[in-house]
Amino acid sequence: MSTSDATHLALYRQMVLIRRFEEEAARAYSQGKIGGFLHLYIGQEPIAVGAVAALQPDDYVITTYRDHGLALARGMTPRAAMAELFGKVTGCSKGLGGSMHFFDAEHHMLGGYGIVGGHIPIAAGTAFASKYREEKRVSMCFFGEGAVSIGDFHEGLSLAALWKLPIVFVCENNEYAMGTPLSRELSVEDVSTKALGYGMARDRFFADHVLTVRDRLAEAIERARELSEPTLVEIRTYRFRGHSMSDPGKYRTPEELEERKKRDAVLRSRADLEAAGMGADVEAAEKEIEDIVADAVRFAEESPEPGPGVARSDNV
Amino acid sequence: MPQMNMVQAINDALRIEMRRDHRVVVLGEDVGKVGGVFRVTQGLYDEFGDDRVIDTPLSEGGIIGTAIGMALYGLVPVPEIQFSDFIFPAYDQIVSELAKYRYRSGGEYPAKLVIRTPVGGGIRGGHYHSQSPEAQFIHVAGLKVVCPASPADAKGLLLASIRDPDPVLFFEPKRIYRAAKGEVPEGDFVVPLGKANVVKPGVHVTVIAWGAMLYEALEASNQAGKQGIDCEVIDLRTLWPLDIDTIIASVKKTGRVVVVHEAPKSCGLGGEIVSLINEKAFLHLEAPPKRVTGFDTPFPYTLENEYLPLAHRILPAIVETARY
Ligand SMILES: Cc1ncc(C[n+]2csc(CCOP(=O)(O)OP(=O)(O)O)c2C)c(N)n1
Repeated sequence: MSTSDATHLALYRQMVLIRRFEEEAARAYSQGKIGGFLHLYIGQEPIAVGAVAALQPDDYVITTYRDHGLALARGMTPRAAMAELFGKVTGCSKGLGGSMHFFDAEHHMLGGYGIVGGHIPIAAGTAFASKYREEKRVSMCFFGEGAVSIGDFHEGLSLAALWKLPIVFVCENNEYAMGTPLSRELSVEDVSTKALGYGMARDRFFADHVLTVRDRLAEAIERARELSEPTLVEIRTYRFRGHSMSDPGKYRTPEELEERKKRDAVLRSRADLEAAGMGADVEAAEKEIEDIVADAVRFAEESPEPGPGVARSDNV
Repeated sequence: MPQMNMVQAINDALRIEMRRDHRVVVLGEDVGKVGGVFRVTQGLYDEFGDDRVIDTPLSEGGIIGTAIGMALYGLVPVPEIQFSDFIFPAYDQIVSELAKYRYRSGGEYPAKLVIRTPVGGGIRGGHYHSQSPEAQFIHVAGLKVVCPASPADAKGLLLASIRDPDPVLFFEPKRIYRAAKGEVPEGDFVVPLGKANVVKPGVHVTVIAWGAMLYEALEASNQAGKQGIDCEVIDLRTLWPLDIDTIIASVKKTGRVVVVHEAPKSCGLGGEIVSLINEKAFLHLEAPPKRVTGFDTPFPYTLENEYLPLAHRILPAIVETARY
């Protein structure tokens, strides 16, 4: 196996981990074991996985409520992630945050954010701190195209450009903000053009292949690390599931969904790897992931809930 | 009278007022084609079209800011903020602009609009889908704040709010959107703002609640009844301006009071209510007033039933107050 094939296999494995993890989470949700809201990343896996492959382990990442994929790609254990979904004390945020609020200091993941756009200026702040401390650590901030209509998006980009901060803004444009299609969200559908007014570099491409994502983001990361300049990257993608588990998705046709699933980057990598003669490795990786995910579910089920003291201050 | 849940009653009120008054427009995220995430605006888009039922991008500051402008030009906007937790990007527009408009224009521009928004816990939504920020708006002089607990009140108070000359924040308790059912008068029907409702008369302890917690207060009062404690339960309905007369009349009768709310305790509306009781009925008190509230922490994902002031936490407070 060549090095590049081995790398591709490793990235494929990460994508399968995210997908199988979330499929099992969806099952647990429908059994009532996970409550509240559950936003699945299925369909968008090549973005988190490709991005993490291009970043250094001590770079900062920060994202939205659709955060399981990035957390797992970054190295959070499936056990800590699943236990958080189940609201257990062994979860990454002690069960107090749930699906939308994963944090992982060890892997420099600054969390999932429930308020759309709220984290964008915060990412500019971590980039500022990196520059201030001359550490050459890059910040990468993920958000959906829905966030582009929020003031915080513009304030974050404006400051990052003005202060030449080492940051990559990644807009995961999946063409829907809940039930609202792109055409009814933005007057200009090319999100990357928002960079122009701030004098910021930009890029724009489809997430059809995990290696494309990795290589294109590597250019923006290098610009941040070497020149301390920000980039706005729009990556076109598609979510295969509803906005969250409670969304029946009536605003799009089954035909559209089927059409888009043909561009599934996970299947694409699988086919490439098989064609390169690595069918047996692919199957071994898939088998291993099954066991890891089953173990995570078992761990989450068996873990205790946090005691009331964890949630409560003493003003009662 | 037809039976309705809260969602149907609010939808009915919007429909009635949009038919009656052409100036009324609805705007917000997914309120049109989708009918809102809780389906409260369902069907309005089909009946009134996209210039009166307006889907907006994700843009709370923009939604409220443009709604204010529309109001200044004589429209009557009823914007929806999808969850009250997402109102803060618009907080500047509400606090700095909306609340002060009538006052600083010498009464020339009333900025009359109603912001509808789901409030409170009960759906395991965690930090950003569960909060109760009413006190943060009451503290801004210039806003009226409403929170109904029954379908009939939801309809009547919403119609009153839309016709009121002042800006109104209309909090809809999402926990009981479908769970609270009841008879709702057909056609035009108004419940006046600023009037609390004595839901259950009693003589031993006054229990004050609103929104979803009203049902918990009633449940706890029923249980207290089995121990011989006869509670008077007041549903505030309008949180501001406060119906202090009804509260004081009750406290003068019982001498004992428990206030219940989901929001954190410190600087919550309960603190203001207790202060007013102290100012106006101090010598009638037989026991220190008690508050049963959310904790002074962010709203947790798990442990929701610990955080919320449910009946199991209200009952001991009632008993302690009664036996003091
Ligand atoms: C300030 C704010 N307003 C509204 C919401 C409710 N909300 C959550 S996600 C979402 C749509 C976001 O779409 P997009 O940014 O495209 O991201 P995607 O969900 O497609 O990943 C909305 C309206 C919120 N969380 N925060």
